[in-house]
Amino acid sequence: MEALEQQEKSLEGSRESGRDRPANRPPSRKRFGPYLVTFLIMFFLWILLSGKFDPFHLTLGVISCAIVSFFSGDLLFDSPRMKGFPRSWWRFLLYSPWLLYQIFLANLHVLFLTFHPKMLDLIDPQIFRFRSKLRGDLALVTFANSITLTPGTITIYVSVDGDFSVHAIDQQSKQGLPGEMEIRIARAFSEG
Amino acid sequence: MDIIVIVLLIIGLVFFTGGAVGILRFPDFYSRLHPAGKMDTMGSLFMLIALALFNLHHFTLATLLTSLKLIVIVVFVFLSSPTAIHGIVDAGVRAGLTPWTKGEKRR
Repeated sequence: MEALEQQEKSLEGSRESGRDRPANRPPSRKRFGPYLVTFLIMFFLWILLSGKFDPFHLTLGVISCAIVSFFSGDLLFDSPRMKGFPRSWWRFLLYSPWLLYQIFLANLHVLFLTFHPKMLDLIDPQIFRFRSKLRGDLALVTFANSITLTPGTITIYVSVDGDFSVHAIDQQSKQGLPGEMEIRIARAFSEG
Repeated sequence: MDIIVIVLLIIGLVFFTGGAVGILRFPDFYSRLHPAGKMDTMGSLFMLIALALFNLHHFTLATLLTSLKLIVIVVFVFLSSPTAIHGIVDAGVRAGLTPWTKGEKRR
């Protein structure tokens, strides 16, 4: 085990030194983080999915996780996203219960609409547009997915600078946007 | 414990039923996606949590791992379902389908 981890570290070290790097970027120290985090996530998933704890399977897991994080460690987190890394993830975790609660409320609303006998008079589907203040791509994607997850609204299109097209099923669903959700996401990704 | 599991399963069933009925009752393509995509997500959240709880009846490492796997399924459904809905809606918009507005006949 330990020897393998050593080997993994040396592998990553050799990659660090071998890469052509723009002059303005701070040198290798900072770039180790993404690989480590990717490795830890991978290894957690490995243990979860294999469910075997004998040395043989754990060793296989360490090797394959090391290879995967060596090749694709910079896919999941490239360096700008790593800036507020632990803090923004923690805030995102704090954001998700609120999102779940909102999804639940909105689901009840759509459930009510579904079983309402005069549903066709109640709903008023429409596409509306608004401009979001969010800038980061991760924040925009989170916002778009949150909108889609909240029943009554589906994101149709998001442009890079935050122009949203949203299909809403009735006035009440429409009113919530872009309201508290945007503020909370901005706070979670420290853009507020 | 059993009672909690049963209640959660029933809530999940109600959401799934709502999704199925909603697909039939809503007037057009876009509004049908609202119940289809999202009530399913909610229903599977409740049902999978119920199953994860039920699975923890005998608390061992193996059952804990299985329950965690169920939770991981919930997470992936929550990530992939909005993306898939967005893809379908986007396809509809690109194909030039106009959304149903109030007062029209249902399609």
